[in-house]
Parts: sequence; C-alpha cells; structure tokens
Amino acid sequence: MSETLSTIIEILQDLHEDVDFETENKLIDNKILDSFDIVTLISELSNEFDVTIPADKIIPENFNSAQALANMIEELEDE
Amino acid sequence: MLFTDSLFIFGLIALFILYFAIAKKYRWMLLLGASIAFYAYSGWSNLIYIAVTAASTYGITRKIEKMAESASAEVKAHKAEWSRDEKKAYKEREKKKRFRWLVLLLVLNFGILAVIKYGAFTMRNVNSVMGWFGREGNLPVPQFLLPMGISFYLFQTMGYAIDVYREKYSCEKNFAKLALFVSFFPQLIQGPISRYNELSEGLYAGNDFESKRVMLGVQRILWGYFKKVALADRILPAVTMLISDSEQYDGIYAFIGILYYTLQLYADFTGGIDITIGIGQVLGIPMAENFQRPFFSKGIVEYWRRWHITLNTWFKDYLFYPLSVCQPMLKLSKWSREKLGKTVGKYVPVYIATIAVWFLTGLWHGAAWNFIVWGLMNAVIILISEKLTPLYEKFHQKYKWSNTRPYEGFMAIRTTLMMGCLRMFDCYRDVPLTFKMFASMFYKGNFHILWDGSLMQLGLSAADYIVLLAGTVILFTASMFGRKGEVRERLYNKSPFVSCCLTVTLFLLVMIFGAYGIGYDSSQFIYNQF
Amino acid sequence: MKIKGILAGTAMLVTAGVMLAALQRLFQPKYMSDVVEGNLIADYYNSGMNHQVLFVGDCEVYENFSPVTLWEEYGISSYIRGSAQQLIWQSYYLLEDTLRYEKPDVVIFNVLSMKYGEPQNEAYNRMSIEGMRWSKSKIDNIKASMTEEESFLSYVFPILRYHSRWSELTEEDFRYYFDVEPNFFGGYYMRADVKPAENVPTARPLTDYAFSENSWNYLEKMMQLCAENHIKLILIKAPSLYPFWYDQWDQQIEEFAEQYHLPYINFLDENMLEQTGIDFAEDTYDGGLHMNVYGAEKLSCWMGDYLVNRQGVRSHSDNQKLAEEWSEISERYYAELNRQLENLELYGNVRGEQEEE
Repeated sequence: MSETLSTIIEILQDLHEDVDFETENKLIDNKILDSFDIVTLISELSNEFDVTIPADKIIPENFNSAQALANMIEELEDE
Repeated sequence: MLFTDSLFIFGLIALFILYFAIAKKYRWMLLLGASIAFYAYSGWSNLIYIAVTAASTYGITRKIEKMAESASAEVKAHKAEWSRDEKKAYKEREKKKRFRWLVLLLVLNFGILAVIKYGAFTMRNVNSVMGWFGREGNLPVPQFLLPMGISFYLFQTMGYAIDVYREKYSCEKNFAKLALFVSFFPQLIQGPISRYNELSEGLYAGNDFESKRVMLGVQRILWGYFKKVALADRILPAVTMLISDSEQYDGIYAFIGILYYTLQLYADFTGGIDITIGIGQVLGIPMAENFQRPFFSKGIVEYWRRWHITLNTWFKDYLFYPLSVCQPMLKLSKWSREKLGKTVGKYVPVYIATIAVWFLTGLWHGAAWNFIVWGLMNAVIILISEKLTPLYEKFHQKYKWSNTRPYEGFMAIRTTLMMGCLRMFDCYRDVPLTFKMFASMFYKGNFHILWDGSLMQLGLSAADYIVLLAGTVILFTASMFGRKGEVRERLYNKSPFVSCCLTVTLFLLVMIFGAYGIGYDSSQFIYNQF
Repeated sequence: MKIKGILAGTAMLVTAGVMLAALQRLFQPKYMSDVVEGNLIADYYNSGMNHQVLFVGDCEVYENFSPVTLWEEYGISSYIRGSAQQLIWQSYYLLEDTLRYEKPDVVIFNVLSMKYGEPQNEAYNRMSIEGMRWSKSKIDNIKASMTEEESFLSYVFPILRYHSRWSELTEEDFRYYFDVEPNFFGGYYMRADVKPAENVPTARPLTDYAFSENSWNYLEKMMQLCAENHIKLILIKAPSLYPFWYDQWDQQIEEFAEQYHLPYINFLDENMLEQTGIDFAEDTYDGGLHMNVYGAEKLSCWMGDYLVNRQGVRSHSDNQKLAEEWSEISERYYAELNRQLENLELYGNVRGEQEEE
C-alpha cells in the first residue's frame, strides 16, 4: 500500500470509523459519504498533501474509493 | 401559459402528432419553434430576456472553449522547451483568463435576475435601513414583470456554462440547438433544471415512435394532471382561505393549514414535474427526476436529497462545493483549526457553505424575508441534525429500533410535519406572523374544530373531501409500490392490455374528478413564479 | 407489429371516447323535476315544424301565451321558442335556427331583453343554447353569449362543464338517460296555480335608460332577417309587472316601431289590459311576474283575434295533418291541466308534493 493511500484511509477512518475503506468502492453510490464528509475530506486532504482539489474534481468516480482518491491526489501532485 | 390551459393541451397533442410525422432531422427544430411560440405567448418582451441569456452563453462558452483549445495547443507546441513549472504557470494564467470570461457571463445573467427579481426587494430594504439612520428612504423601487420560468432556465444555462468552463464536455456549436436547450418549453413552467450532457442527446435526436414509451409517457402526463387538477386545485381554495385570514384561522386551523398545504404543494409540484417528464418521455427525451418519494425520508438531509432534487444538486455542484473548497475557505479552515482546535476548525468551511447555500436557496424561492428565514431555518436544522447524528446512532445501537417498520413510519411522519412547519414561512404574510401562527398551534387548543363541522366551512364539500381522501390514498399506494415509473413499466411488461386500461382510467379520472371549469379558478402553478 | 400497435391505439382512443360520451350524457342535467325550462329549446325539434306564427323571447313568452288556445280558437299553428332570460341575440339566433326548418308568416318578439346589452348568466346561457342543434347559428350564439368565465369548448364537450355533477347525480339522471320527456305545449310551460300580484316592488330610477347599441343592433338584424324572408315582425311587451318596464324604454321601442312601421303592442297599457281582460288578482301564478294558464289563454285569445283580423293570418283548422298534431298536444294539455288542478286540491301545489316547499 502506498503512503498516500494509507494516509487517505486514516483520514477516512476519522470520518466514519465503522466502514472498511480498504475494500469499499462505492463510497458515493452507496451514500456512505455525504456532501459534508466530502468537503471535510477535501479540506483534510489539501492540508495533508498540499494540493488544490478544485470543485470540478468532485465527481463520483474520484470519490468512490480510497484508491480512486489516491489516484486523484497523485495526478494533481503531478501537474 | 399553464399546463391546464386548453390551448396548451391542444398544442401539445398537435406537437406530438407533428413531431412523429416530420422527418427526423427537423424534429429538434420543431421543438425549438414550439418553445419559442410557448414563450412568446406569455409575452413578447420575455423572449428578449431568454434570447440575451442564450446569446451571451453561446458567445462566451464558444470563446472559453477556443481559448482552452489554443492554450493546450500552445503547451503541446512548447512541450520540449518549457519546464514543468513554466507549463504549470502558463496553464494557470490561461485558466484565469477563461475564468474572467465565465465571471462576465455569470455576472451578466445573474445580474439580470438580481435586478428584475430582487431589485424591488433590495431597494425596499435599503430604504428602510436608511430610515433607521434618520434619513428619508426614498430610493425608487423598480417593478419588473418576472419573465416566466427565469429562475429555471437561467440556472440550467449557467450550469451548462460552468461545465464547459470545467471542460466537463465540449460546448454546443449550433446556436439554434443551444437555444432549444435553454428554452425547452415543458421545463419553463416548474423545472426540472436539467444538465446539458443528460438532456442534449434526446433533445436533438429525432426520436422514434415507440409505442411502449409513448404509452408510458402519456400515462405519466395523465398521472400528473390527476395530481394537479383533481387534488391540488381542489384543495387550493381551502388553503387560500386558511392562510389569508390568519386572525380567524389560528391554532389547530394552522395545523390543518400545514397538512392541506403539504398535500397541495406536493400534488401541484410533483404533478407538474410528472407532466413535464411525461412530455419528454412521449418525445423520447429523458429528463432528470425531481422527486423521489420525499415524505418517506428519515430526516431533513435525506428529504432534501429527494425533494426538488435538480435544484439542490445544482446548488451542491455549482455553489456548495466550489465555495467550500476554494482557496480562501481552505485558508480560513487552516486558521480556525489553529485557533479553535481541530474538531471545530474542520467544520468551519462546511458551516459557512451550508448557510450560504440555504440563504440563496431561500432567496431563489422568492424575494422576501420569509423565504430567507425559511432557507436559514433549513440550514440550522440540517447542521443540528448533522451534529446529533452520532448520538442517534448510539441510541439506535442500544435499542435496535431503527429498522422496524413503525419507527420508519414515525420518521416519515416526523419529516413530513417538520417540513410542513418550515413551509409556514411560505404561507403567511411576514416572519413575525409566521412565528405567531406556529406558537398558536400549541396554546390555542381549539380542538373542537376537528369535529364540530368547522372543516366543512373551508370551501370544501363532502364530495371534495372524498376525492381528496381517495386521491391521497392513491398517491400513498402508488408511492408504496415503488417509483411510479417502475410500476407503470412493470404493468406494461406484464400486460399491455391492462396498461391500456390504466391509461383510459386515468384519463376518465382526470376528466371527471378534476377541479376545473366554472366554479374552479385554474390556479397558477405555485412553482412557476419563482 | 406496427399495425397491431395502431389498432390497439385506435381501440383505446375509441374506448375512451365512447366512455366519455356515455358519462357526458349521464352528467348533463335532465331538467325534468327541477327547472324544466332547460328542455324548452331542444323540444322544438320534436314538433311538426309547420307553424304560421313563431314567438321568440324570454319567460314573458313561454309562460304567457298558449299555442293550444291559438289553434283551438283560431286555427293558428304557432310555436314559442322561448327560454329563461333569453337575451336578444339568443332570440335572433334561435330565429335563424328555426328558419332552417320552416318559414312562419309572423314572428312575435317580446322586447324585455332589450335591456341587456351584454352576456349575463352562465346557467341561463346553458339553457338557451345547449338545446340547439349544431349550426352556424349555434356557434354565433355561443360566441355572442359567453360570459368571461365560460369557454367555447365546454359547449362542444359539455362534460367539461358538468363533470363535477358526479356528486349530485339523482335517480332522475339515470331514468332519463336516453330520453327526456318534457311536457310542453308548442313551447308553452303551463302553470295552473294562482298567486295574486300584491306589493309589487316600486321601480328604482335608472341613471341611463338608453338601450345598448348591441341590443339595437340585434333588433335591426332580426328585422332584416324577417324582411328577407317575407315574415311579418311584431314587437310585444307582455303584461308582466316585474321586471319593471320603464316608460322611457317603452318610448324608445315606440319610436323604433314607428320608424320602421312595425306593430308594437304593450300589453301593460291600461287600454290593453282592458281589452285582454287580464286581472292580476287571478291571472298570475307568482305575483305578477308570469301569467298562469288563465292569463295565458286570455292573452292568446286576444292575440289570435289580432293576428286573424289585423295581420291577415289565415285559419288552418281544415288542415288534416296539423289537426292531428294539435289534437295530440291538446290532449296532453288538458291532462296536465287536470293533473295540476288535482294536485292543487290535494296538496296545495301543482307539483303534487306532500309538503309545501
């Protein structure tokens, strides 16, 4: 597991302790994360990784799993 | 023009026939023509507003897209010579330029809305503030006739422009096609607020005549008319009576008013949406659903995910997220984390964005303090219930009630009543009166009106009550059977013949039990004034 | 597959249409036990359509003249195309409609409706118009008569108007579903009871006595239509004490009649009351608004004499076909008269209800 991914899971676990974020891949579709969680998550992520996550990145595909989030962060860091 | 005008109904039938009679490539043009005719009928001057929105959006989205294309071409051309940082800086610069164009477009369009919808309200408030400081507040209060459906088509079009800026999809190159997207007539009355990428394909393609789809569409239209004319229009006189004479009708009357208004608004609004989506279905144009059995929600947050969905997702995507993740907000979050501690600081952006969104949602519904207070009350309840969620969860873990039927029923009733109480702001003249009426429900104690025949004095006869009661049972049953679309589709798949019978039955129900004609004022749809 | 779909669709539309038509008939008022006047206009099409004299106008004709008397006493075949609060253009279009079927020698128009220049009342419109068969006259009539709240469409599809009667349906609506059985006698609505005219309300002065342009317009049109068809037009004002007939109104009609050489008979004149022998203590059933059968017969006697001796209307009593038609009507006429008299004796009212309303 990459370092980014484990950090993300840690942050997610903070939001919802009872969800298995390592396997869950329908965080949005199954309504586990609501809009409040997403905003909190973004503020945590930008704090942690020093990236800017613009509003147009907020689409289900980017937020459905911890892995998807990690991919998005890595992509943003690359730019 | 309203859905219930005979001109609309006959025009619609003519449109359906024409649509499938002409060559496929002309079909979208027919829709554009129908939309323009529909809009012109409600006033020629209104056409100017919608034309300005369509033209400015067309020009600027094309511009933004061209700028984006040339910028990426530029990056490609200098791929070798530019360093990563140079590229990044260039991209940022270019994006900022495009952003300025977008801002220009938004300011222009929302500016029009602000002036014609909110100009009078703003001026009146400025005048009264000046009054507090001892000055005579006598700035002119402008009065404009609100163009039909402006809040719907403007939001839909601006959403499109923002998406083009975000490069979610490429912009529409054909002005006439864009004009159709902006002005598509069934949506001008009560929404829904559609997304370009979801609507455009069905809108521009010449769709085939598919008997199953057309049948289901017609059923949905009739179902909408049933809700609208048999229920909403029938109960409307009682609602009007209850809320217009607050002196006489307080206490339990106010409670009855909440219930009646809930039924009236639900039947009117969802009925209008059913008609709109049904029209789309007949023509083969899928549209976004605006409701999902909202009164079965467990709480207010869920309710707002299921009631007027397209407006709320619009606010979420184009206001709530951008506002809560923008740079200043993140900085504020960082600052508050340091000063106020981690737990509180984390939530600052969410709270600010929530309050801003609900302030504007309130304002969207009407230029009056009633609506603003209504919006803010929603925000307060949402934030409180969000805070209480962990407590609830603990409680339910302990008692294991949460998944039982009775408890779900209790939650549904609670949601319905809570939203009904909030909606009182919608009804009464001003904010203090609303609070007074709300309080009167608890101390007035005039329960006797429930059985002493007072309810028969509200302009509703026994026959009206029978229709309303039966209608409510039908609505409830239809909701219980799952989403209507599925019910109708399942029925058709099982037996097209029974489906035909359903269509005929719905038609007859509307014709007989509709509250139309002499003695009934065909009321304006509640939501088309917003 | 496609043909099957079209067939199914057509079948569905036809079914819906048939069911709607069936329901429409059910919901339409039958006007049998209450406001029987609603059946007057349609009843014309059941008549022999062979009349020398045609009355048009409001209740001041259909309750004040008895065609049976005109036939029995003078051999004049007549018909009253009257309806409740018939407005002048409605009289005109009913005349047009009648001329599609027959050409009378004389048309008698009661001028009270000159006072209304604009559409008045939806319920009366319905009763005056719905009974007409479809023709251009009916369409024009609807357009001229509609109040602001009405729609043309609801005359074409009366279910749009009457659908809410589902909660008011009575046994009558089912009994007379296929056919109503109105009991009129050449368009005459009989009442045999007596209620003397007492305490007739005094008339309020008006600010403006001039008839509206619209009313004059239709009176002229009516005159033209009669002239074109070589029909003698006679204007009358029936002897109803109320609604009040103002002298100023009378004068305008006098002048008009003089200008165009039309006969005008105001039965309210002292002289006329003497000639007809109308006694408001005996000849009215509602205190002077309308004549009862005794008053109507008196007026008809005078009118028959006038038509024969002054207007040259010929007696047709030797016409076998007419005689047969009228004997059937007379028979019903006297049966109805007897029924009403019996009820008056037994119950004190003509309808034969157990208790006074």
